[in-house]
Amino acid sequence: MLNTVNRLMARLFSSAFLLTASGYTLAEGGERSTINMPIGVTPISQDVYGLHMDIFWWCVGIGVVVFGVMFYSMIVHRKANGAKAANFHDSLALEVTWTILPFVILIIMAIPATKSLINLYDTSESEVDVVVTGYQWYWGYEYLDQDVSFFSRLSTPQEQIRNEAPKGENYLLEVDEPLVIPINKKIRFLVTSNDVIHAWWVPDFAVKRDAIPGYINESWAKVEKPGLYRGVCAELCGKDHGFMPIVVKAVPEAEYETWLADRREQAQKIKELAKKTFTLEELMAQGEQVYGQACLACHGANGEGGVGKAIAGSPIATGDIAAHLDIVVNGSSVNPAMAAFKDTLSEVDTAAVITYQRNAFGNNTGELVQPIDILKFKQGK
Amino acid sequence: MAHGPAKGFTRWLYTTNHKDIGSMYLWFSFAMFLLGGVFALVIRAELFEPGLQIVEPGFFNQMTTMHGLVMVFGAVMPAFVGLANWMIPMMVGAPDMALPRMNNWSFWILPFAFAMMVSTLFMEGGGPNFGWTFYAPLSTTYAPPSVTFFIFAVHIMGASSIMGSINIIATILNMRAPGMTLMKMPLFVWTWLITAYLLIAVMPVLAGVVTMMLMDIHFGTSFFDAAGGGDPVLFQHVFWFFGHPEVYIMILPAFGIVSAIIPTFARKPLFGYSSMVYATASIAFLSFIVWAHHMFTVGMPIAGELFFMYATMLIAVPTGVKVFNWVTTMFRGSMTFETPMLFSIAFVILFTIGGFSGLMLAIAPADFQYHDTYFVVAHFHYVLVPGAIFSITAGVYYWLPKWCGNMYNETMGKLQFWLAFIGLNLTFFPMHFVGLAGMQRRVPDYNQFFADFNMLSSMGAFLFGAAQILLLYNVISTIMGGKKATDEVWENPEGLEWTVASPAPYHTFSTPPEVK
Repeated sequence: MLNTVNRLMARLFSSAFLLTASGYTLAEGGERSTINMPIGVTPISQDVYGLHMDIFWWCVGIGVVVFGVMFYSMIVHRKANGAKAANFHDSLALEVTWTILPFVILIIMAIPATKSLINLYDTSESEVDVVVTGYQWYWGYEYLDQDVSFFSRLSTPQEQIRNEAPKGENYLLEVDEPLVIPINKKIRFLVTSNDVIHAWWVPDFAVKRDAIPGYINESWAKVEKPGLYRGVCAELCGKDHGFMPIVVKAVPEAEYETWLADRREQAQKIKELAKKTFTLEELMAQGEQVYGQACLACHGANGEGGVGKAIAGSPIATGDIAAHLDIVVNGSSVNPAMAAFKDTLSEVDTAAVITYQRNAFGNNTGELVQPIDILKFKQGK
Repeated sequence: MAHGPAKGFTRWLYTTNHKDIGSMYLWFSFAMFLLGGVFALVIRAELFEPGLQIVEPGFFNQMTTMHGLVMVFGAVMPAFVGLANWMIPMMVGAPDMALPRMNNWSFWILPFAFAMMVSTLFMEGGGPNFGWTFYAPLSTTYAPPSVTFFIFAVHIMGASSIMGSINIIATILNMRAPGMTLMKMPLFVWTWLITAYLLIAVMPVLAGVVTMMLMDIHFGTSFFDAAGGGDPVLFQHVFWFFGHPEVYIMILPAFGIVSAIIPTFARKPLFGYSSMVYATASIAFLSFIVWAHHMFTVGMPIAGELFFMYATMLIAVPTGVKVFNWVTTMFRGSMTFETPMLFSIAFVILFTIGGFSGLMLAIAPADFQYHDTYFVVAHFHYVLVPGAIFSITAGVYYWLPKWCGNMYNETMGKLQFWLAFIGLNLTFFPMHFVGLAGMQRRVPDYNQFFADFNMLSSMGAFLFGAAQILLLYNVISTIMGGKKATDEVWENPEGLEWTVASPAPYHTFSTPPEVK
């Protein structure tokens, strides 16, 4: 506590208040100001920054005039100084002037704003298309026609959030798998949601689009500089709204192509794995990991429950396997908080986590679920 | 036949007296202001440092939601209705409100509405946690079960506001003293007349949107559920068609209050009275055609985006006219700086700063960066706290001697002003910076990058809160005793309310005054 106050005081008298924003690197593409909008790395973000500064300086100018007159009167025309009140109370000329003058300023601002907006809306002729899907509380990315898709989750450990471990530099702004895009290509983002409304926002691109269930919103970016760019979900989406960051890694095209090929290969492997038969140990080891990512937040580290029901000793996790498969794959029909995992967990992961839930926390049913069972269940067999 | 108030608790329960009801509204709103303030302090305490310290994210969301709802519907709106009740009959020379029994009813349903809404915090699943804007489907399919209580509470608040508005309109249009033509009415009466029409226009829209939610939740409809053929964006359009005029409902009466106070302490008539009336009416009209500027990122067609951008920028014109008129009223006046004047001057300066950030937000392409960040939080708190809260405080200090016959303690008033002024700026100014630098709204935790300014904001918030306790103390001690106020209270103030005795008798203007 004392430390933080000291730190605050030090900052107060050094950087922040002298308007020399100090060097934090929220975006590895460049330093980011603590007090102003990032200039960003796309033509649009630079354009938006320009508009922002223009309107800001107009406001400063008007402010200087208005507050100037006000403070002049407050200092000079005070009764204590013996000021006698005048009695004027109307002037059509003045009223007309200060109606028309702001109007003119507004038109001067509206013209470039309109141009920028038209540009911002032009998502045609894109070279890479990425479908961005918001989930409670992580992002899904799918490269259209590339057969590559994955999920991107917060990777900051709970211990840091709970103040049990020192916070890393990118606290709450780091993910397990960043979105990878090539530089100097027009990337179109197709933004939608699977549950509630989210908003996909990367300040360095000036891209912010609401992710709305049933809608596909479009936006675009052409990144000029390789780097890691961090953003967040901007629309309140429930409990973990503050814990679903975005990381975009912009790389040269060749690197992007290699990465894409790797991902495709991995996806193929995962598909093949679904046909394999696993041992209990393998499933349990994998299941524990999956549980930690997908279930723990609601069902507790020991399956004791919390927001969600207890897994330990639960009738579903110790009873009929089909019912267990159903609730994990399709979600709960009565409680929307229990999401459907059919799209978000692979067959292997689903099988592993169900096996884990049936054998951990003292459930000890001894029953195994194989990926092929999941596949069959999903296909309705 | 003059008679005094009844004795005991039934005086308050059965009263149809505009002064009693005005006082009840004001006390109720102050209680809600403190409650909403406590919610805000929970938020600021959690945000004092990065990491989760005091509350869980789920409860944090309930705090942001309840803070907004309680401040908007419980603190600001009832306070203005309270001032209207006290002042409008006295300002237009009427003996009471036009519909005194309805007046009683419209107040007494409010405590029940808020008791119901606040009780949701103790229900299973917690209270509303979807923000005061309660966007579907977070507030429908994904809402806690207590959402139904929230919906009915909103219905009752809406009914109260509509009844209050009908009463105000009926009073102003029918009960003015002879000679009190429309264009002679004090601006507070004018702004309230226009506000009342806004309320009658938009409260049913709010009732409609919560009813649609109720149907979606309990009766299997799909107004806002995409899976059933509904449209989540429809919710936002309907909500903001209510929500934007609502914003002006919370600021227009404030314009009226400072338009009364500034001329008194500048000892000079209000500059541009008629242009003030027309500007208020223009702002009210524009408030109906700018709602979608709250939704620039939902993916509207570009034509819609442009229309709402232009319409929103236009609001700067009549708002500018008002600010220029206030400044010109001060110019070449003979100013003194009593507490009401200090709050009014701070109102003009800080509201203008809030207007500037509003102008910035109107620029749609830039709004893609500002939207849903702390920049927006800074913006609307700069408009609402100095706008509504400061003007109400100014009004209370200005009229309190008339209400209770005693002068308040000027030193303590000034002390409260400076504490509130410093607290407010310390709380909300840094929010501009963290918002621009990339911190989103409604999160319980953040990167260390934003830590310093958040800590400042939290310190400011507690200072601002402390200042309000001083207000409470000052008001109570003024009611209990103090230097007797003269009938005029101030030096040559304008208005019929200063022609009656201090404290104002229980019944004023039993025979209408003559207005020349």
